[in-house]
Amino acid sequence: MNASDIRTLAANVLAGIAPEADLSTVGEQEDLREALDLDSMDFLNFIIGLGQGSGISIPEADYPRLFTLSGLVKYLAR
Amino acid sequence: MTDFTMPALGADMETGKVVQWCVKPGDTIHSGDVVAVVETHKGAIDVECFLDGVIDNLAPLDTDLPVGAVLATVRGAGVAAVASTAPAAPPAVQPVPTVAASPTIAGGATGVTRAKVSPAARRRAVELGVALDGLHGSGADGAVILADIERTVAPLAHTVKPGARPSPKTGFDPAQMRQAIAAAMGRSKREIPHYYLSSTIDFGAAQTWLEAWNRQREPIDRLLPAVLLLKAAAKALEEVPQLNGFYENDAYRPSPAIHVGWAVALRGGGLVAPALHDANHKTLADLMSALRDLVQRARAGGLRSSELMDPTITVTSLGDRGAESVLGVIYPPQVAIIGFGRVVLRPWVVDGQVVPRPLVTVSLAADHRVSDGHLGGQLLAAIDTALQSPDHL
Repeated sequence: MNASDIRTLAANVLAGIAPEADLSTVGEQEDLREALDLDSMDFLNFIIGLGQGSGISIPEADYPRLFTLSGLVKYLAR
Repeated sequence: MTDFTMPALGADMETGKVVQWCVKPGDTIHSGDVVAVVETHKGAIDVECFLDGVIDNLAPLDTDLPVGAVLATVRGAGVAAVASTAPAAPPAVQPVPTVAASPTIAGGATGVTRAKVSPAARRRAVELGVALDGLHGSGADGAVILADIERTVAPLAHTVKPGARPSPKTGFDPAQMRQAIAAAMGRSKREIPHYYLSSTIDFGAAQTWLEAWNRQREPIDRLLPAVLLLKAAAKALEEVPQLNGFYENDAYRPSPAIHVGWAVALRGGGLVAPALHDANHKTLADLMSALRDLVQRARAGGLRSSELMDPTITVTSLGDRGAESVLGVIYPPQVAIIGFGRVVLRPWVVDGQVVPRPLVTVSLAADHRVSDGHLGGQLLAAIDTALQSPDHL
């Protein structure tokens, strides 16, 4: 997946979790959980969605690398 | 003929509005079926009817009706069931002892001929257009449960795809909900003499166990710390029944079942605490999927009436971004609320050494009309004990 595919995937997954959220207002380095008020269950669902959409298995220990948009693009573009 | 009436979906509800009938006049319904969608300040609620028979005289849509108002009539409750079993057991030609035994046999046969389907599964099946016939049920006594329906479609489509779950009206009015919360909490503070306790619990054993569990599993099968806290609280309540039940008409009525009302914060403000039924008897994996389903429905619509009426205690967990502790307000007519703060890494003394440990603060607010702090302390101690042996949860 390229960076643009990953962003689209993240946006689609987040739209299902936080329908009212406006992703365009979230900065690259901002913690998505803070910016979009995601709780533990929301974030787990986000990880599930990213994993299913990208085909990449994301271990729990790696969650902190997916807290920001720039981090998750880097992580999933491996 | 039995009246099916507007249920009281919590202490704070006075009126409701039927926005959709899921049945037609003349339809045969079975106990536990979702028959209507009622709009309340908690959003649109799927209302179950616990009668068997033929439903008729449906109340008009979009009209405010008080709690207790007749929504429909159900004909032949009980009678129809007996009639339908009659052909299966010809009593006239049987010797007396067999006749005596036949109601049981016939009753069992009736249960078998109609596939058992949970309300959630039935609803989802209708939404997805999945035929229930021939589906293998994996629930208790072979009932078709939600998971069986989900298995027939792309896994987890509903948690990641927007709009995959149509609902007649999913939203709630934040102003109305605030009013309802104010009314219930005001009543609680006026009527219930609260006492408060809190303890700090070493979450190390639970966290180590949880990390090992999650390491071996895909995200969909992973557990959240909240599930361990929930199960520990539910199991501890088995030992302290004085905190699990209802205070009504100047008397306390303990509940034999432990239905944990799980506090769910709603986006845009507001709070609802629907029941996780029999939480003490569910496995951690089952609790996790029940919790996922409940949170999803609390936010997107589709909570069931029983989930709002049944909680025997409330548990609130603030999650990984919440405050360190919470002192709750009891939701009447319940008599206690248990609160868990965020798990934090702090210095802690283990075997005489100061070491960093993950800690969680658990609190209890309980009703002094029913129990004292001594008993409340036993509950917190039992939660602590349960969390030190996570493999037994």
